Amino acid sequence: MSTFASQAPPTGGAPHSSGRGRRSSPMSWRWGDRLVLAAAWTAGISLCVIAAAIVLYMGYRGISYLRPGLIFSRPQVSAGQSGSGGFLDPLLGTMILTVIGIVLALPLALSAAVWIAEYGQGGRARETLARIVESSIEVVAGTPDIVIAIFGFAVFQLSLFAPFSFTAEGGGVYGRSFIAAGSMMSLLALPPVYAATRDGLQAVPAHQREAAFALGKTRITTIRRVLLPSVRSNIATGVTLGISRIIGSTAIVLLLLGSTLRIEAQGSIPGIDVLRGTGSSLTTYIYENSPAGEGGAPQKAYAAAFVLLIFVLALNLVVERIGRAQASATGLAPVGAVL
Amino acid sequence: VLERLKSPWPDHRAERLLGAVSLLIGVGVVAMAGFVFTRAWPLFQHNGLSWVLGGGDFETEINNMTAATSNPPAAVFHLRAWPLIYGTLLTTGIAVLLGLTIAVLSSVFIVELAPARVRRIAIPMIRLLASVPSVIYGLIGILVLVPYVGNHVITTQEKVSVQNVVQLTGAGLGVTVVILTVMITPIMIALICEALVTVPPSWREGAVALGLNPLRAVRAVTLKAIRPAIVAAAVLATARALGEAVMIQMVSGGKTFIPKPVDGLPFFFEPLRTLASAIVDYRDGVSSPALGAAVYGFALLLLFSAFALSVTGYLVKLPLRKYQTRG
Repeated sequence: MSTFASQAPPTGGAPHSSGRGRRSSPMSWRWGDRLVLAAAWTAGISLCVIAAAIVLYMGYRGISYLRPGLIFSRPQVSAGQSGSGGFLDPLLGTMILTVIGIVLALPLALSAAVWIAEYGQGGRARETLARIVESSIEVVAGTPDIVIAIFGFAVFQLSLFAPFSFTAEGGGVYGRSFIAAGSMMSLLALPPVYAATRDGLQAVPAHQREAAFALGKTRITTIRRVLLPSVRSNIATGVTLGISRIIGSTAIVLLLLGSTLRIEAQGSIPGIDVLRGTGSSLTTYIYENSPAGEGGAPQKAYAAAFVLLIFVLALNLVVERIGRAQASATGLAPVGAVL
Repeated sequence: VLERLKSPWPDHRAERLLGAVSLLIGVGVVAMAGFVFTRAWPLFQHNGLSWVLGGGDFETEINNMTAATSNPPAAVFHLRAWPLIYGTLLTTGIAVLLGLTIAVLSSVFIVELAPARVRRIAIPMIRLLASVPSVIYGLIGILVLVPYVGNHVITTQEKVSVQNVVQLTGAGLGVTVVILTVMITPIMIALICEALVTVPPSWREGAVALGLNPLRAVRAVTLKAIRPAIVAAAVLATARALGEAVMIQMVSGGKTFIPKPVDGLPFFFEPLRTLASAIVDYRDGVSSPALGAAVYGFALLLLFSAFALSVTGYLVKLPLRKYQTRG
């Protein structure tokens, strides 16, 4: 086999067009094949061009409309674009939502991943329960965020959850607050954190666990002292993916955070009052200022979209960095090596 | 108590705690289905399952629902939501078919054809395309594509031809499908590429040695081997497209209309509304009893489709899993 391979170098696998033999030159192919080849190149290149065009266009618009004052001033009620202030509150809103979402999602995702990877085998009951948890996370991952949002609305309008938002005079629970939106955001971040952690745990070689057991450590100590530290970078990747899902979500914020552009606190306990109150995020700020919303201030929308896109690009870079660092440390292919 | 927590945990307690926390996720999923179904129940009570059919005047029915007070009569609940379902199926169907073609071609391009240097640029670019938030796609759509299509692509003749039925502004099926395709294609590319690299190169090399040109070899051997992955990619992309709400709400024209293929070219510019975008449109009415039931009904339908699609995705991936463990 190897002698044949050295005589006639295989094409395709190693992408050198120069190494191909006479027969594989595209100029001698049939018309249909040449068309497909051209179509494949066109498809690949045009997707890259679209991505580049989006970044360049948003960059151009963003740089022409973004002023430092916009980031550091609060939104104002105004008829014109010049007087409507900046997007300090939406920026803070995005951060609050991210923190709540990650803080709630992390323990859930980590315990699920640890439980399934480390305790999921042995015994029929265990395997059934593990399967249930796995499929529930798959269902959560497949549920559109608009449905998650409307579920959150149904939950937080219960009088049981009245302390998390505010109660209107008639006794109806408003059901919209930072807590409501943030806790639904945690459902967005849950699947990526879970998947990254579980994959990391499953990739840890068995002898590491066995070495810890041989030293007389219990399973849970092994998990805390050996396994979790060794999958730190997987967890970081998962959290980064989760954050980028949270900051990009519009539907949940539109439905669950009320529609005040400013952060309006509810109640009198400092700190908690903001969490119970309403506000906005960068995504809804963009939405409200676009022609689809009420503002009709496209310049503000472009500026905020530019800031949001920079966040997303930065998070993408972080994921890539972690993956590369991990690859060079372990010699394994990084997470999502192909795409 | 603090002392007990600090001392090393016995294994069985740790396992039970972790298990309990994990099972919370399962409870959450059941609660989600339960809550949405309970709130949508009045819609089923008054219409049965026939609310998904056509034959009614959707906008009038929604207006009746919006106007209803706290104790609405049964007649208010009458709803025929076919226009929304048609809009959802139309946008999703066209976008998935279009996106699947592009995704297969560009995955072959990335894995088999592109020189290493091009590939190094193309992969992060396509990954970026997948992570752009939908509101930014919507913003570009509503501020750039819609005015362009409205002013330069649609001819006056086309506007006149349907002016008695609907006004063509540029927002509508065409722009929606184009942006939706760009949004879902990267997801499919990721899955297809992942499968493409697992196919042993010797398979394709064997086909080349038999005299096929490299492209035919890819088509005849590699793509055939990863067929389950291609179907799984299409299923995942369908789920994503079904649930896309904000972008579609921004660029689809915000009008309940059934685009008719018989209109010819104007078909592509006619406005529409999908299930998900309707939820965004009527979000302020969620608390009102009648409209709320309708909106929860749309959400329930989406939830059910997402669930059905994830089961389908699991089933089509089964043969792939078997093949991967063997290879």
